[in-house]
Amino acid sequence: MAHIGQSGYSPYPVAVYEGILTPPPGKALIFNEIVDEDIAMREAAKAMLTRQNPTIFPGPQVLYAWNEEAKEKAKLVRKMAEVLGAKIIPMYDYRPKYPKINPSVEINPNHPNLTIWHNKIKACIFVGVHCHYANVALKIIRAETDCFTIAMCSMAGHEDAMITLRDQHAEDMERFIKIAEEVKRELKQY
Amino acid sequence: MQATETLLYNRAGQKIVSPDYLLFEAPRAKHFMTGSEAVKEAVRRASVDASVSYPITPQSEAAHLIGELWAEGYVGVYFRGESEFGVMSEVAGCAMAGARTITTTSGPGTLRAMENFPMWAGTRIPVQLVLMARGINSPLSIQPDNLEVGFLLDTGCMIWYAETAQDLFDMILAGFTVAEQPDVHVPVINVIDGFFVSHTREAIMLPPDDIALPPYNPYKAPMPVIDAEVPPGRFLRDPFVMKSNYISYATHASWQWEVRAAIERSRPYAKHYLRGLIELFGNPEAELVFVACGTASAQAKEAVRLLEDEGIPAKVVKLKTIRPFPIEELRESVKGAKYIFVPEFNVVGWLEREVRRYLYGHSNAEIIGAPRVAGGMTMPAEAIVKEVLKLTGKEVKHVI
Repeated sequence: MAHIGQSGYSPYPVAVYEGILTPPPGKALIFNEIVDEDIAMREAAKAMLTRQNPTIFPGPQVLYAWNEEAKEKAKLVRKMAEVLGAKIIPMYDYRPKYPKINPSVEINPNHPNLTIWHNKIKACIFVGVHCHYANVALKIIRAETDCFTIAMCSMAGHEDAMITLRDQHAEDMERFIKIAEEVKRELKQY
Repeated sequence: MQATETLLYNRAGQKIVSPDYLLFEAPRAKHFMTGSEAVKEAVRRASVDASVSYPITPQSEAAHLIGELWAEGYVGVYFRGESEFGVMSEVAGCAMAGARTITTTSGPGTLRAMENFPMWAGTRIPVQLVLMARGINSPLSIQPDNLEVGFLLDTGCMIWYAETAQDLFDMILAGFTVAEQPDVHVPVINVIDGFFVSHTREAIMLPPDDIALPPYNPYKAPMPVIDAEVPPGRFLRDPFVMKSNYISYATHASWQWEVRAAIERSRPYAKHYLRGLIELFGNPEAELVFVACGTASAQAKEAVRLLEDEGIPAKVVKLKTIRPFPIEELRESVKGAKYIFVPEFNVVGWLEREVRRYLYGHSNAEIIGAPRVAGGMTMPAEAIVKEVLKLTGKEVKHVI
């Protein structure tokens, strides 16, 4: 589908035009394959632990203290970064910036590739980014970079990410951290 | 994002039930009402926060009846806009602020408001528009004609098409439910043919009026709700064109694909809540197929009955959704077809174009864009039969 009609002219790949939809509840997506969440979490941890300059991009839903869950998730993002040996670069603002963002300290959904290029990021996790902005950014990243993208979404997930986990709340993030610790031990990185 | 709060009753004191219960399980009783009254009854059960109206035939009555619901306490906010452009802008503001919002319009009103529809989609608001289709030609017509739907096809809104008042009632409730899914979250336009459905009475099965949909939860929206006090609501909607061209090109491209991707994501939800994206009627093995939506599908069903008398097996593929277009369902349902007729209430044949586009390379059937009536003309079943008999060379028993 992607190469027929209008979407064939897009510089950006669109997963749904290749027949890929968000995973059903209780499941996750690795590329175009629907898998159990634990399998996706293991692969996500492995990608973050083995690729260069892994980075977590936390969005407003975990950066601002909207509610108790947001505060708890923010602490878990920090813990996740420690376990994965990842940097944290926030997407705190969705406004496009003129002339451009400072890619060493921030990421913006309108030109996320600048941050990824600048920091040579080869694996990343989106967490707490509102779904629309995550989807806009993930399409650009997929087209413009070789970064392996992972989306931890509290809603229905993101088919444009290479791994997507849906309905992710604090307890799921804790489970991911445990799985990441296991994978890290298996990789003898401790 | 927000902690889940279990609500038992809405502002009108109606018991909150699940969409599945309201649409599929609740007991229903027979009523006799117009399409406009069906809109009122659906809105009554939809926990609507806001509605803005502007008069234009044939939707004025539906808009007026929603106003009555406001007076009765079922709708949170209701007012008259300055024009259709004003209305569609104002409902956008309501939706961006987190309100479940519905409005109605027709014909020239649709075109006057046109700039807003892609804006609705681009800002990912799940506004519902009930479109009671009417002619848009000059000299002025107030007659039924669905040409305006052709203008809406690529606005980024979902477009569903109701055949009857019953369809419309169910589609309004299903429309909110599907449009508000976090991974969909684009507007839904529910179309009916003005007058034919809006102004005629028919039997309609309604669930009790003391139950209603769960309220909209704007904190599940894919964009932050606008809140002047709380970031990031006030941090988000700068136009890219004010920034750099680089940002403008890149983001606009990805953004537009994302809006269309959102419509594609609605497929499984729409399949569930509409019980499929198409409906089949007639002889499943027939080589003669009518592909239609709205009143044209009702008339095509009558034509199938008349053709049966002529010994010609036929079937109707009624399209319930136009965006997303039921591509796979249509291809499957016309396998083995030799002739596909697309009867329409407009001069341009926008549905015929859609059918040809999606069947190209997938069907060897001859596609015939007929009959096509416009400007308020009716489409008697006999007119459809006549087109078929013209093709087969068979003598006409049912003379028009």
